[in-house]
Amino acid sequence: MSEELDWVALSGKRAKGKRPEYFDDPALDRLYSTVLAMAAELSAARERQDTLERLLEAHGVLPRAEIESYEPDRSAGEERALATKAYVARIMRGFQQEAEAISADDPPIMEVVERLSKE
Amino acid sequence: MASDLPPPYTALTRHGMLPRTTHDEAARFNFLTHFNRHLSGALGAGNKQAYEQRVLPAFRAEHGREPEHRYEIRDAMNRDRWHRMWSALKRNSMEMRQHFGRQVVLRQLDELDAMAAQYNEHSGLLELDPSVDQPAYQTAVDIHCQPGGYHSEERPGDVTVGANYDVGLFATVGGALGGLNDGGGQAVVGWAKAERPDWQPKRILDIGCTVGHNAVPIAQAYPDAEVIAIDTAGASLRYAAARAASLGVTNIKFVQASGEDLSRFDDGSFDWVQTTMFLHELSATAMPRILEESFRVLAPGGLILHVEQPQYSDEMPLFEQFMRDWDAFNNNEPFWSAMHGQDLKQVMAKAGFPLDSQFTAGVRAVVDPDIFPPSPDEGEEDFGRAAIWNAYGAWKPDAAQSAQAA
Repeated sequence: MSEELDWVALSGKRAKGKRPEYFDDPALDRLYSTVLAMAAELSAARERQDTLERLLEAHGVLPRAEIESYEPDRSAGEERALATKAYVARIMRGFQQEAEAISADDPPIMEVVERLSKE
Repeated sequence: MASDLPPPYTALTRHGMLPRTTHDEAARFNFLTHFNRHLSGALGAGNKQAYEQRVLPAFRAEHGREPEHRYEIRDAMNRDRWHRMWSALKRNSMEMRQHFGRQVVLRQLDELDAMAAQYNEHSGLLELDPSVDQPAYQTAVDIHCQPGGYHSEERPGDVTVGANYDVGLFATVGGALGGLNDGGGQAVVGWAKAERPDWQPKRILDIGCTVGHNAVPIAQAYPDAEVIAIDTAGASLRYAAARAASLGVTNIKFVQASGEDLSRFDDGSFDWVQTTMFLHELSATAMPRILEESFRVLAPGGLILHVEQPQYSDEMPLFEQFMRDWDAFNNNEPFWSAMHGQDLKQVMAKAGFPLDSQFTAGVRAVVDPDIFPPSPDEGEEDFGRAAIWNAYGAWKPDAAQSAQAA
């Protein structure tokens, strides 16, 4: 590990040269960068899991076929269903809350700010 | 189906200077390798569809004629929603390749620098000249979106840019350059050996060598020759020399010098002058200067050979020219478009190589076929990065031939 270098910060250095803007809304350009970097991380995590499974099998700990044919019992099935449901809720929060907001009739936050500064 | 899958990153040959990758660092490069293939293959086809189905018809309707230049297609395609999305994906892929590579290199820079210093102190393969100016065409933007270009330092004497170039090239070319990223140099050697089996060049000059991945195979193939590999970027040469030393190569020297000024070398002092994927990184005034200098230092009967992507010609459809131009505007390759638009044969002729001494040849990366699949063929190729090239070359006429021609 390099002691004097902040390798995390330095590694993200910008390349000299103006970056093209691909979308009318720059937020979309930023979103692409994040989503693709996360796709790379997910790919790496999946590869690591595959390595683990292969090593476990190679060391006689766990045949991989057992993973493929695994069927949760009733209680494990419920635990996993709940975990999956919660996961879906997490990644879909933005959509779910926008749907709720359609009928929420919230005033702009500035109205609330001004009202509370007076009332 | 499985035969065209790229090899895993771990198939790369671990020479002494290659930065070590953790499990997940290698996995990130594996992701990019597949991502790039997906972009150029399945998704790349969408660009042509968008062009033919809506962009070209709209152009005809607006102008009442066909597009006459690749730039007209570019302007139109840059307004197309599919091409913009595709370009955004591809640009991000290039940026991730740099970021991932720099994380690998910078976290172990102390070790890499120490190792390079050891190799370079003992091998005698490195000759730096800090008085060499970095040309404007190398500093105007960071080529390939590589932060710091080929010439910058994170600290004095470091090997960051060279190491980052070497460690990530695999991902950018989809694993098509072989275990040592040297498929280009191997291809050149294969061509020369087939063309002139008994030819034994004694002195070889490689201009714009970066990390020496294409010059080292030439030195290995001609062990009795002396190879001089030059580049203006000392930061890349430090890595190049250490890399070559770690591979046990002794008949190569990495010299910091500009191809525009080869005055340190006598007239006719080389049997072979080589550039590999280099001419497109110059400028309109630098390229002819380098070719003229190459002509001067090349001995009569000697070989000059440039490996490049194909030049644009009237025979090449404008849409293909536009696709091949993508890197010029989206991946910091500012001379790419102008260079490929030139008639290289005429440029070579002006530099002294008569037209009848010139030739072109197709070369394809030479890699270990047990591990590395061939580069995807036409139709699915990743324009600008496919490991299938054109070689533009000439055998410099000797005195008798010149007299005959006159």
